[in-house]
Amino acid sequence: MRQVYLDYSATTPVKQEVLNEMLPYYTENYGNPSSLYSLGLKTKEAIDKARSQVASLINADSKEIFFTAGGTEADNWALMGIADGLKHKGNHIITSKVEHHAILHSCEFLEKHGYDVTYLDVEPDGRIKPETLEKAITSKTILISIMMVNNEVGTVQPIRELAGIANRHNVLFHTDAVQALGNVSIDVKSLGVDLLSMSAHKIYGPKGVGALFVRKGVRLPNFLHGGAQEMGKRAGTENLPAIVGFGKASELAKENFNDHVKHLSELRNYMVDRIVAEIPKVYLNGTLKYRHPGNANLTFDYIEGESLLILLDSKGISVSTGSACSSKSLKPSHVLDAMGIPWEQIHGTLRITVGDFTTKEDIDYVVDQLRNIVETLRKISPINDEKGW
Amino acid sequence: MALYNETVMEHFMNPKNVGELENPDGTGVYGSPVCGDMMQIQIKVEDDIITDAKFKTFGCGSAIASSSMATSMIVGKSIDDALAITNKQIVEELGGLPAVKIHCSVLADHAIKSAIYDYAQKNNKTYAGLEGFDPDADEDDHEGVIEE
Repeated sequence: MRQVYLDYSATTPVKQEVLNEMLPYYTENYGNPSSLYSLGLKTKEAIDKARSQVASLINADSKEIFFTAGGTEADNWALMGIADGLKHKGNHIITSKVEHHAILHSCEFLEKHGYDVTYLDVEPDGRIKPETLEKAITSKTILISIMMVNNEVGTVQPIRELAGIANRHNVLFHTDAVQALGNVSIDVKSLGVDLLSMSAHKIYGPKGVGALFVRKGVRLPNFLHGGAQEMGKRAGTENLPAIVGFGKASELAKENFNDHVKHLSELRNYMVDRIVAEIPKVYLNGTLKYRHPGNANLTFDYIEGESLLILLDSKGISVSTGSACSSKSLKPSHVLDAMGIPWEQIHGTLRITVGDFTTKEDIDYVVDQLRNIVETLRKISPINDEKGW
Repeated sequence: MALYNETVMEHFMNPKNVGELENPDGTGVYGSPVCGDMMQIQIKVEDDIITDAKFKTFGCGSAIASSSMATSMIVGKSIDDALAITNKQIVEELGGLPAVKIHCSVLADHAIKSAIYDYAQKNNKTYAGLEGFDPDADEDDHEGVIEE
C-alpha cells in the first residue's frame, strides 16, 4: 500500500545528508567536547560549527545560540528564566491563547508561583492585532511571548510589529519559532526579538535537540547547573551527534529555503484547491495570506476528525486532528477555539502538512482517498444538511 | 500497530446496522456534536422482542464501533434482556477499549436505553430496567465510568 506522510508539522524524517554528518560522531569522533586532547578538541570544533550553522539560519551571532534538548526546553528556559531573573521588576507576562502547550503550561506553572499572565485574543484569522498587545502592557510586564508560526493553522504572526511594541515599552520579547524555522524567513536582527526557540526535528534534523537564541546583552539565568557547557548556562555533556545534525539541517534549510517554500506552497495550494472543489462542506481555517507554506487546516462538516484520521491511516496516510476525541478532556483544539470556530466543527478538523518529500502523486492519492472516506463517514453520521447541527 | 484492537477496528471499518428504520418503534439520540460524539439508535419491536436496530453516529472510531456492537447485541433480545446490557458488556464484546474511550460505550448503552424509553413512552409500557433512567442525563455524569 502507498504510504503518504502528511504530518510534517509534527516531525520530519532526518535527511540522509544530515544523518551522514551525524554518524561518525557516534562511533569515531566520540570524544567529550570538554576534553583537552585532540579527540575532544575535534568534537568541540564540530559543536562550534553547528552553532554557526544554526546562527546563520536566523542571522544571529554564534555566541547568541544555546543548544537545548528541544523546542519545549527552549520555551521553558525562556519563560522560567526571564520570570525569575526579572522578578524584582515585575510579575506580569503576556502571551496568546494560541501558543503551543510548552508555553501555555509553563505560564500556568508561573501563575501558580505568583505571576500574572495575560492570554491575548486572536482575530478570526488567527493573528494578533498589535493594538491588542499594546493595551495589555502594564508597568509590571516583564516578558511578552508570542509564537512566530502557529503549529495547528500555520498562521504567521506580525512578529516585527509585536516585538517593536515590546521594545518601545522596554519589555523583553520571546518568540517560539519552532514551526517558523526554515519555513518563513527569520532575521533576528531586523525582527527585534530578544529570545527565540528552535527545534531540529521540524527541519529534517534529529529529535531531542533544539536551541534558544538569546540576544547579546539579555541576562538569562542558567537553566541546568553543572559543568561549563553552553557558557555554563545549560550544563551537561552535549548531545554531540544531534547538535551536528541540527547544524547540517540548518545549513540545508538555508540553502534550500526558496525551493522549499515554493515546493510546499505549490503542493499545499493544489491540495486545498482540489479538496475544496471536490468535497462539499469543507472549509480552510485561518488565512492563506500569512501562513506556513506547507500547512492546511480543514474542517469537514458533520463528521469527526479521529475517525477520519484512522480511516486515512488504514489507507497509509498520516495526518493529525484538532478533535478532542484523542485527548482525555472533552475540549478540542484551543487554537481553533480561540479563532471562534464552533466546537462541533473543530471536532471535524484535520491538519494536513506537506513537506520536502511530498509529491503531486501523493496529493492526488490523498484527495481521492479523502473524498471516499468523507462520503463513508457522512453516511454513518446522524447529522447532515437536511437535519442540520 | 493500531489505536484499537482488531474487533474494534472491524466494527469501525465495517460497521453493522448503519442507517435508519422506516417506521421505528423507538428512537434514542444521545450526546451532541459539540461534545464530539452523538448517536442515534432506532429499534423495531415485536412482542417485546427487538427484531431490528439501526444506528447513525457522529464520533470517533470507538463511538462508531460501540454503536455497531451495541445494536448487534440487542437484535433478537427481549426488551428486558436488552435493558440488562451494560456498557461494560459492550466493552468486553469489543475486546476492550482504551481507557479514554470507555465513555463511547456509555453513550451506546445510553442511546439503546433511550430508544427503549421512547418505545415504552409511546406504548404506555413500563420496564424494571428503565427505573430511574433519565434520557436527558448529562453526558458528563458518565464520563469514563464503567457501569456495572
